Amino acid sequence: MSALLEVDDVIVRFNIRSGLLQSGISIDAVSGVDLKVEEGKTYGIVGESGSGKTTLARAIAGLHHASEGSIRYRGRELRDLPESQFRQLRREIVMMFQDPIGSLSPRLSIKSLVTEPFRIQGMKDRDLDAEAKRLLAMVGLPQEFASRYPYQISGGQARRVGVARALALGPKLLIADEPTAGLDVSIQGEMLNLLARLQDELGLAIMIITHNLNVVRHITDNVGIMYLGKLVEEGPTEQVFANPQHPYTLALLAANPEPDPDAQLMRVELQGEPPSVMQRPTGCEFHNRCPFVKPDCNSIVPTWTDIGNGRSHRCRYPETWKMNENTQ
Amino acid sequence: MNKPVLDIRDLSVSYNTPRGPLRALRNVSMKIPDKKIVGIVGESGCGKSTLISAIIRLMAPNATVGTGEILFKDKNLLDRTTTEMRNLLGVDISMVFQDPMQTHNPVLTVGKQMVDIQYRDSLPKADKRKRAAEMLSKVGIPDADARLNQYPFEFSGGMRQRIAIAMALMAKPSLLIADEPTTALDATLEVQVIKRLRELQEEVGCAILFISHHLGVIAELCDEVVVMYAGEVIEQGSVRDVFHDPAHPYTRALLDCDPGHIKEKTRNLPTIPGEIPDLVDVADGCIFQARCTHVHGACANRPNLQPVNVAHNVACHLNQTEGAV
Repeated sequence: MSALLEVDDVIVRFNIRSGLLQSGISIDAVSGVDLKVEEGKTYGIVGESGSGKTTLARAIAGLHHASEGSIRYRGRELRDLPESQFRQLRREIVMMFQDPIGSLSPRLSIKSLVTEPFRIQGMKDRDLDAEAKRLLAMVGLPQEFASRYPYQISGGQARRVGVARALALGPKLLIADEPTAGLDVSIQGEMLNLLARLQDELGLAIMIITHNLNVVRHITDNVGIMYLGKLVEEGPTEQVFANPQHPYTLALLAANPEPDPDAQLMRVELQGEPPSVMQRPTGCEFHNRCPFVKPDCNSIVPTWTDIGNGRSHRCRYPETWKMNENTQ
Repeated sequence: MNKPVLDIRDLSVSYNTPRGPLRALRNVSMKIPDKKIVGIVGESGCGKSTLISAIIRLMAPNATVGTGEILFKDKNLLDRTTTEMRNLLGVDISMVFQDPMQTHNPVLTVGKQMVDIQYRDSLPKADKRKRAAEMLSKVGIPDADARLNQYPFEFSGGMRQRIAIAMALMAKPSLLIADEPTTALDATLEVQVIKRLRELQEEVGCAILFISHHLGVIAELCDEVVVMYAGEVIEQGSVRDVFHDPAHPYTRALLDCDPGHIKEKTRNLPTIPGEIPDLVDVADGCIFQARCTHVHGACANRPNLQPVNVAHNVACHLNQTEGAV
């Protein structure tokens, strides 16, 4: 299998000036992430606010500069690619932004919005009316929407316009940042079904960024769990859900309230608050919130452990905490 | 059943729009029993927010109350003067809003804000501050005394929402209205906030009206649930009855749609086909008929809430013709 996108040890660093007399300090919002997205597959990145998911996505799409590491698309290095060359690539790597209405210019009609990529790429030979028609049909919006403006459509419809726009040029890789945030459950299903259908039709690889585990579970092939700028666990979605290896994954899964009043929830209480990237904990980043912490977790940085079947994790005591969990 | 602290009867609210009145709430009735947690669940546009704004009387200028009354401790809130309402809000009725990032004043310390809201009590400032610190530690904020001197931006989102809860419960209200208080929070923090809310509710002994579109949260926190659709109450009952034995096709569809309910991995998730009806031009009959898979002749008449069993009511004709489906 050939990976469409390979991300190796990427660090995205921001410099922060903190006051008049202090010299600038820097924070690593993404702090060494490796992942691979295969052609035609869906990769989900799950993590809480501030874990660096969006920063990672933007770095892949060339919107943030990756300070270290390597991002390769079809074997070609994207880091440090000049903007003029990156623009060509934006026909193949597209991003769908989080805020559906906010990412559509209020002054452009839906037709102009969905055909904007052709204008940006200077594809003057295209019949924009026909393209608009094709794209609206593809995402299941009625043709009369072409003449409407963003304020005249609902949140769910705005998402569809976002999809149409992203897929206008026939990309190979779609990066979707929280594609269902703020949608009602019934519409959320429509959105995910649409993405799944388009993936089958167009052979698209999708990278989904979300904090909604239920979404990840149904539509992704592989999943990476992100905590404080690093992946802590990775593998085929079903296996990760069935048998999490990292205590943070377990806590996330257990914190997912089930729509059943009698569900016996095994809660894993996390202590304290999510740490700040400005004061990154020593050793294992998760140690000060981990319910199964061991004395040396605060000094030794865990490395990746490969457990086969494409699964790996960064917890040094997966067996011990699992035993504790069963006896509790 | 406990005597209701809030009793909404036949409430109708409409908004004046250029296209004519938009009938956002139509004949809504519900009771919030004392010391219980009642959840309202429904999708965008079902009237949740209009309902809250009617209860706290902070309605948009173009809103008009058509019929009905909102009885709080047997007195109609809709008849109160602005001054009377002001004396009630923050004392006997308080509220936690959706966005914890924007509910606090960014330029005042948390301590200052928590002391300021006690302006009605004639206590020395030191006592008010002490009370504020106690309340903060109750919502699980360590080192409360020192943290009172910090500004809202120095707290995380989950902590800010817990501070908002502390502030809302400081006056020991009889009714707390929580409008999607966990939507802006991450899963692990959401769990924390819900747990605190439940503990404090037992301690303060207030009733909670909890608004959410997250079915899992409602199932976990609430005693009773009210399902709303397009401005009407379509089902209402104990959480167990409604979630285990939903009687309205919409409730059933909504539960089916929740991916948390679907145990098998699927690439084709259930949806509810169709759109919510236009509330400017409300058709006669059942409000859900255009999207209902069980639509039949009787649906041309609007169904009333009828008991399925004790304390479980549904507004659906199927209930009368075939019994609970």
